Amino acid sequence: MVQKELVLSIKDLHAGFGSAEIVKGISMDIHRQDLVALIGPSGCGKSTFLRCLNRLHEETEGAWVRGKAELFQQDLYERGADPVEIRSKIGMVFQKPNPFPSMSIYDNVAAGLTIRGIKKRSYVADVVEYCLKQAALWEEVKDKLKAPGTSLSGGQQQRLCIARTLAINPPVILMDEPTSALDPISTAKIEELITELRKQVTIIIVTHNMQQAARISDKTAFFLLGELIEYGATSEVFTTPREKKTESYITGRFG
Amino acid sequence: MKRREVRWSDLLFFNSLRALALLIILVFISIFVFLYISSAETFNTIGWKFFILQDWSTNGGRFGALAFIYGTVLSSLIAILLATPVSVGSALFLTEIGPRVLRRPVQMLIELLAAIPSVVYGLWAIFVLAPFVKDHIQPVLRGMTPGLELFQGPPFGLGLFTSGLVLAIMITPTITAICVEVFRSIPLIYREGAKALGATTWETIRLAVLGPGLAGIFSAVILGLGRAMGETMAVTMVIGNRADISASLFSPAATMSSVIANEYGEASAGLHLSSLSAIGLTLLLVSMVVNGFARVVIWRVTRGAR
Repeated sequence: MVQKELVLSIKDLHAGFGSAEIVKGISMDIHRQDLVALIGPSGCGKSTFLRCLNRLHEETEGAWVRGKAELFQQDLYERGADPVEIRSKIGMVFQKPNPFPSMSIYDNVAAGLTIRGIKKRSYVADVVEYCLKQAALWEEVKDKLKAPGTSLSGGQQQRLCIARTLAINPPVILMDEPTSALDPISTAKIEELITELRKQVTIIIVTHNMQQAARISDKTAFFLLGELIEYGATSEVFTTPREKKTESYITGRFG
Repeated sequence: MKRREVRWSDLLFFNSLRALALLIILVFISIFVFLYISSAETFNTIGWKFFILQDWSTNGGRFGALAFIYGTVLSSLIAILLATPVSVGSALFLTEIGPRVLRRPVQMLIELLAAIPSVVYGLWAIFVLAPFVKDHIQPVLRGMTPGLELFQGPPFGLGLFTSGLVLAIMITPTITAICVEVFRSIPLIYREGAKALGATTWETIRLAVLGPGLAGIFSAVILGLGRAMGETMAVTMVIGNRADISASLFSPAATMSSVIANEYGEASAGLHLSSLSAIGLTLLLVSMVVNGFARVVIWRVTRGAR
């Protein structure tokens, strides 16, 4: 089997707030077109870990990070690394849909382009249409692109946020429990969309829903109390876990 | 037995609240009726032309409100134009940009500004602001724009511009405080969304703070405008009190509230007194129109954002 290109390489990453250490020395490699699910009980540090990868963690008061996280061999935390630059290569979709409330559907998708100074009308319009199609939202909104983004349903808003992230064409997309605020039908649509997107992008998804992890991911990482307990092919982690703790969590004994 | 007691106290609570609400409406109506009755003589003799006549001569018996309407509107406009950028900027500093250790003390200082009595602002304006305008602001503006009537005229230091300036300083704490509340109430998820797209600090502010907060900023400005239009003491002290419409911002003028404060004490009964009441009524109406207009603006701005 040919080894796929290494996209993210995290080496002994520690992070926390003040005196509390939440992520305790995580090391993991993520390859091109991997769809990695991060699972584990609440407070296990998986969201904090995810937010370290696009340097959003440090925006919170008292936050600190130690260690290495390399994107294409470039350390995200080396001296002089620009978080703004990094975030345009690593997109993020949040738990709660957050389209900009003062902007239309069209402007929401175009936001990432306009802040980069890309203003050419025909080009932006093409990108918006392409991304909305990729996010499986185009058919539902093509006749009301000028309507406010917040006029859509929760599931549609989340797909709008995915389209907004796709518009900056990042090689990696982080998803922090993207379906936990949605109903089952919207969840199914987003899952379908994620499996479609993984053909082009590397996706790391935090989820509380173990069925979801089993359904869509091809690699699963199990976090417990800030440590990475087990990381491997999803089929193996769920059927023949190496660690006792993983087995207990998956079979529902705690968490 | 117990249930009856509960219902009875509910009834008492409900009715006392209703009475209080009615009281507010009654006070408003009584102000309106009082002003209407006491200004009847003016409207009977002069008619609607009172609003477009510029003359105000106590001895000549000629009364018109236009100069005062002009003074009120223009001084408030200057105040809003100067205060809005400063207030929004300070609010952004306090919520988004400034170092956290500075935020509380700066905010306390700004709130302290709101607690200074307006007569104190007036005194300070007479002794500090007016000479400064006279010696430094007007000469510079006049020098930069030769021939522009707006900045010409003899340098008195007292006038529309100085009034607008002191008003701006007085309403800045109000607008800033409301903007701070508005910006703080905007959920963090929008800022994170913007940052995750690769937005810089300024772009994040534009996308995730100013955009969602626009309606709130408008409300803050309108509240400031309301305060500026009604403010009496400080303005009366520095505006120069001359019922005149001049092309220059630096010439003395008068506002609706300043003429009432200046002349009510010595106005003998008759047309003069009635005309001052008519000006009070005009001020009330102008304030209501501005407020109504502002609500329309807010409604139009927020229609898309909800």
